[in-house]
Amino acid sequence: MMRLIGGNGWTIGLAVLLALLLVATKAIQPDFGPSGLDNLARSALPFALATVGMAIVVIAGGIDLSVAAMMAVASVTAAVLMDGASDGQAVFAVLAVLLLGLGMGALNGALIVVTRVPDIVVTLAMLFVWQGVALLILNAPGGGAAPWLRALAVGGVTLPGVPPAFTEWLPRGVVFLAVVVAAVWLPIRRSKLGLRFYAIGSDPQAAFRSGVSVGPTRIAAYAVCGLFAALGGLSVTMATGIGEPIPGPYLLASVAAVVLGGVVLGGGRGGILGPILAVFVLRTVRMDLTLLSVDPNVAAIVEGTIMVAVVMFGAVLATRGRRG
Amino acid sequence: MSPPAALLDATGVAKRFGAVLALRDASLQVAPGQVVALMGANGAGKSTFVKILTGALKPDAGHVRIKGQDSTVASPAGARRSGLVPVYQEPSLIPDLSVADNLRLGDTPVDRFRHWVGALGLPGLRQDALIRTLPLASLRIVDLARALAVEPDVLLLDELTAALPTDLVERVLSVVRAQADAGRAVIYISHRFTEIAAICDRATVLRDGQTVGDVAIAPGIEDTIVEMMLGAPVTVAARSARATGAAASDAPRLRVRGLATGTRLTDVSLDLRQGEVLGVVALEGQGQDELFDVLAGNRRATAGTVEVNGKPVAFRHPADAIAAGLTLVPGDRAHALLMQRSVRENIALPLLARLGTWGAIPIGAERSRVGAAIERLQIDTRAQGEVRRLSGGNQQKVTIARWIAKGVQTLLLFDPTRGIDIRTKQQIYVLVRELADQGAAVLFYTSELAEVRMACDRAVVIFGGRVVDVIDAADADEPTLLRAAYGLTATAGVPA
Repeated sequence: MMRLIGGNGWTIGLAVLLALLLVATKAIQPDFGPSGLDNLARSALPFALATVGMAIVVIAGGIDLSVAAMMAVASVTAAVLMDGASDGQAVFAVLAVLLLGLGMGALNGALIVVTRVPDIVVTLAMLFVWQGVALLILNAPGGGAAPWLRALAVGGVTLPGVPPAFTEWLPRGVVFLAVVVAAVWLPIRRSKLGLRFYAIGSDPQAAFRSGVSVGPTRIAAYAVCGLFAALGGLSVTMATGIGEPIPGPYLLASVAAVVLGGVVLGGGRGGILGPILAVFVLRTVRMDLTLLSVDPNVAAIVEGTIMVAVVMFGAVLATRGRRG
Repeated sequence: MSPPAALLDATGVAKRFGAVLALRDASLQVAPGQVVALMGANGAGKSTFVKILTGALKPDAGHVRIKGQDSTVASPAGARRSGLVPVYQEPSLIPDLSVADNLRLGDTPVDRFRHWVGALGLPGLRQDALIRTLPLASLRIVDLARALAVEPDVLLLDELTAALPTDLVERVLSVVRAQADAGRAVIYISHRFTEIAAICDRATVLRDGQTVGDVAIAPGIEDTIVEMMLGAPVTVAARSARATGAAASDAPRLRVRGLATGTRLTDVSLDLRQGEVLGVVALEGQGQDELFDVLAGNRRATAGTVEVNGKPVAFRHPADAIAAGLTLVPGDRAHALLMQRSVRENIALPLLARLGTWGAIPIGAERSRVGAAIERLQIDTRAQGEVRRLSGGNQQKVTIARWIAKGVQTLLLFDPTRGIDIRTKQQIYVLVRELADQGAAVLFYTSELAEVRMACDRAVVIFGGRVVDVIDAADADEPTLLRAAYGLTATAGVPA
């Protein structure tokens, strides 16, 4: 039991922190309710998906600076394909965008493995490439999104037999996120592929000697990251109804959430739930600061300070634990 | 006796790295039921050969056959499939995964793994324990049990017992012998003659990238093997007669007693006097790295004392060691130099590193001292811009030159001539001698035995973390040193 808590202590701590923040929100803004929660979920969704992708690559010992740019490519591709399309065509558009994400990520990974140029350099270069591609596809925000797709992420959940008074407290954005992560990441995590991600992130040399093909595993990690970036881009289009060719502030925010979520930069340690909770923590902090009408510039300083403080606090706890 | 068909047959294996020919003609045959020791002095090409056998490297020439099937395998996974499972010198377990996940990663049968872990003396091992929380000795056992659990035809064990306590060593040796008796083939790599005598049937000896012999293990074979590792007796360059500066002072500059840290350094005592160059001779991993780390303040000792000029010291930080006059020139030049900066800046750095020199850098004084040091060392100044453009030998000269410019009391040289050309080596010997003549004391670890005669006054030989012999340079021919380095002399525990 102690072991279980020890391993997941960080995640539990983040969940408690998030709950406290939500209580604080209610205290600041007494009429904070289902619609506020829905707004929070919808604004956090692209951040959360970008963060999951980033977390997977970081666990596998890499980093992907092109996450936000890949999201832009996915967003505009989805918006262009779905503009004026029927519901059936829109399904194919979604599938095409997800495949495109896998492909973009796999290309990032393949370039790193084949050229042996450091991942940070390759993905920085690809950041510019994907930005250019996004603007070529759509040079200004536009396009459309299928109504059913938009309905997946907007509003509260409706369940037959349960009064809306309860279900409206569960935003569809959160459900969408949970379903997507459960459908894509859980099977990987439980398979040998997930084990290999952790292995190459932890010690590539030992992984190689244990019989892991390091190169293909690395490419797979980037491909999965690309898939989550595509889902993130899709969620932008779902939330706004249009394609957005200029990448949002998702890159640095995802790195921040990965670190705050307990994934060690350098690889091998951490999970996915922590970073997702960290996204919601960071978004809630921002929302609370806005509600308190703090100057946005001051708010940015506060957010940065909280991040450093929490990570330092965690490091101190970790060293204490090891000594104890 | 006609030997049965070999389970492993490597013939004519060659490998080149750039200009260096690491292996030219290595061969190894292991029949079922045999334990064969693979031996060679430092730099004989043993580790390259192991990498090729286990599929981590591809050979340029020659073939490796496992069970008669060609297996110039491309990867460790390929070697496993053809039946060869290695246990490497460094544990090949993933530190951030649990024992169970590590087994799953390599498709290891868990039941048989449990059986072997128990048989090897670690029955209480938890499957959910994270690898990075386990002590090194347990990791070796886990690694070995994992290899045994897949029931390989050929087992390759590289310095398996180096990190094990004695009681575990005995269990491991009997398990390894039993594997061979069950009809499998074992390649056993070790620096310990007693273990080789206990379990091996034959020894294959490498020298300069070539297999130079294959002998049956019999009592008294050690001398033959040492001779084979050295080759024809090396003629030693005549040494200039020199006065030993030992008499100058009665208190030694550096006095070490019973020093221990980690698993490798167990009990080292030595005295280093002013004006003396004291060689340190040891096979790889006998505790010499730890000894130098402690003396340079990179690591703390768990037992023992260090005295500098008669005063006991305990360094908490390299700066403490430098302040006490102890200066380390590390084996890896990249650790000591600012590769992207100029020769001048690199040499000047220690001059400026003292606290209290926050103000302007006295350029004139700096330039004259640095200039003198460069001239003294005959550093090729055409490539002065960035240190990384210099040859390895010249880089090494810069690491020593910086301490000449500063003035040094005690110099700790860790294998300063590794991988550099002969002319530069000679210059370094001369330089070290000059430093000693000026009153410095030099501790000189070398992996090249011939250097002891050329550069040192005396040498201490370390084996298994303790000093096993102290040899005067005049008597320090290579066979004597190598025998001592393998622990074949029994005068243990003599303080130098």
